[in-house]
Amino acid sequence: MIRQASYGAAARIGWLEWLPWVVALGAFFLLPEYLPFGARILVYILFALSLDLILGYAGIVTLGHTAFFGLGAYVAGILAAKVGVTDPLVQMVAAAAAAAVLGVVTGAVILRTKGLTLLMLTLAITSILLEVANKATSLTGGFDGLAGVTVAPILGHFRFDLFGKTAYLYCLVALFAGWWIVRRIIYSPFGASLVGIRENVVRMHAIGSPAYRRMVAAYAISATIAGCAGALLTQISQFVGINVFSFESAGELLVMLVLGGVGRIYGAFVGPLVYMIAQDQLAKQFPEYWYFGIGLLLVLVVMFARGGLLGLVDRLVAWVKGPHR
Amino acid sequence: MEAFLAALVSVAFHGAAYGMILYVISVGLSVTMGLMGFVNLAHGVFAMAGGYVLTTGMNRYGVPYPLALAAAFALVAAGSVVLERLLYSRLYAAGELSQVLFTIGLMFIAVAIARLLFGTVQQPVFLPEYLKGQFGLAGRDFPVFRVFLIVFSALMVATLWFGVERTRWGAMVRAAVDNGPMAQAIGIDTRRLFTFTFALGSGLAGLGGALGAEILTVQPTYPFEHLVYFLIVVSVGGLGSLRGPFFAALLIGVTDTACKYWVPQFGAFFIYVATVVVLLWRPAGLFGLKR
Repeated sequence: MIRQASYGAAARIGWLEWLPWVVALGAFFLLPEYLPFGARILVYILFALSLDLILGYAGIVTLGHTAFFGLGAYVAGILAAKVGVTDPLVQMVAAAAAAAVLGVVTGAVILRTKGLTLLMLTLAITSILLEVANKATSLTGGFDGLAGVTVAPILGHFRFDLFGKTAYLYCLVALFAGWWIVRRIIYSPFGASLVGIRENVVRMHAIGSPAYRRMVAAYAISATIAGCAGALLTQISQFVGINVFSFESAGELLVMLVLGGVGRIYGAFVGPLVYMIAQDQLAKQFPEYWYFGIGLLLVLVVMFARGGLLGLVDRLVAWVKGPHR
Repeated sequence: MEAFLAALVSVAFHGAAYGMILYVISVGLSVTMGLMGFVNLAHGVFAMAGGYVLTTGMNRYGVPYPLALAAAFALVAAGSVVLERLLYSRLYAAGELSQVLFTIGLMFIAVAIARLLFGTVQQPVFLPEYLKGQFGLAGRDFPVFRVFLIVFSALMVATLWFGVERTRWGAMVRAAVDNGPMAQAIGIDTRRLFTFTFALGSGLAGLGGALGAEILTVQPTYPFEHLVYFLIVVSVGGLGSLRGPFFAALLIGVTDTACKYWVPQFGAFFIYVATVVVLLWRPAGLFGLKR
């Protein structure tokens, strides 16, 4: 049975948890022609992972996580194209800092609300950023997107090559770091308190847990990781499109995470992988049916498979093992 | 000064027409969300469907305008009953996340179907002769169609308010919004009430989409594009309230028109900022029930 990550479960990294990294490295050597695409998948895995931390663990339902992703993407892009800061790590740090600040500020304000109001606030904040990106054309390129992003070699040595080898490994390292941080958080008492907040916030108050501060902290951490993912996307595609802020991207991100399984770390790995490969194969040939398909998929997952793909695997394993586990 | 006054009147007038449309579309959302606690992000789908019923009926089959409006209401209401019985009703008890995901899924499906059936082009609206032209009042000219929009919507709003405040059905709805389990306990069939109210709200959305097909252009991305506005109307106005969304819709209609007229370089920026401010000041909306 695939372990659902949570506090109290053995925190040692199990052998199955190395599988994604083996697969990712294997893909690097075996599928060299797909590396640019692979790098994009890694970026979205990191993005979905950040969402899983607040949605899956802390139970904060947000439609505005693209705000941080988009902000990171634009900060990195503007630094590269308008300011002339081409060092990728500096761009990354700046993007992370910007997203962190936005995360703390908006989180501190909006997490006092819940339900539809919270949903609406996350949506409104993203819409504000979308309007800014759309109208501040001299800085962001407006509706046409921000082109002319130049990225210097990483640490002055590793140039972003045409085949995407550097980009792939760079994203893989970033994802590994993000995964390690998220995993540490989830297996910590702090992570346990997040799950407690998700399950019953009143009881968390009753046992004296500072629920609000914990949520803001988780929100800010998640925002920071999402900002890093956005910066990665800018660096590997050398372009920022305005649709990073669109409602559709927020929807797609949710689909990816839910497809893999919410609140179990590795759902964020499986979902984007399956989703983006399917999109790559199908979306160009059947654009109409593609949207129909992901819509139907969402409905089916909600109706019949709340745990996503990994939830199905769990059930299959339980069924094979029989009643005595 | 005269030019400014003319602009002011024009903005107020067009803003009011826009706000009325927003209200007719969103009022159903307010009631369904307040009544069933269901986060229905797919409400725009019903409005879009109404718009398509109107344009297809008129452009392809030559249905007269009033009949097309009625058809938009009836067909969308009927379709929503099927959806509610088959899908929505299974998720009343489910968490917020499930409802959000499910309705986003519905939106994707609806967008895809609209694109398959009608293509990506905007659907033109050909108004009948008697709704074209200008209407003179106090030395100014107003487009007849906008006047019709305001008057017609106002009549409908009045009917709706009368229905909710003065009829037996309205009393049951208000009881169920205030306290669902208690309403059920005294013998109100909340399930049927839900279905009926949902159909009415969706039908109104369809009608609003049809009425406003000229203002909110009918195209496949409709549910995504206008969703934020519908949600703003409901959340700023207050869930489960009829009055709140009305003032919110008028406010947003006029503000949006004014912003687009005087400061187009900011787009909808101020609307979103105002929404954030209002929701932080009063999280339950301007007229929301305090829970």
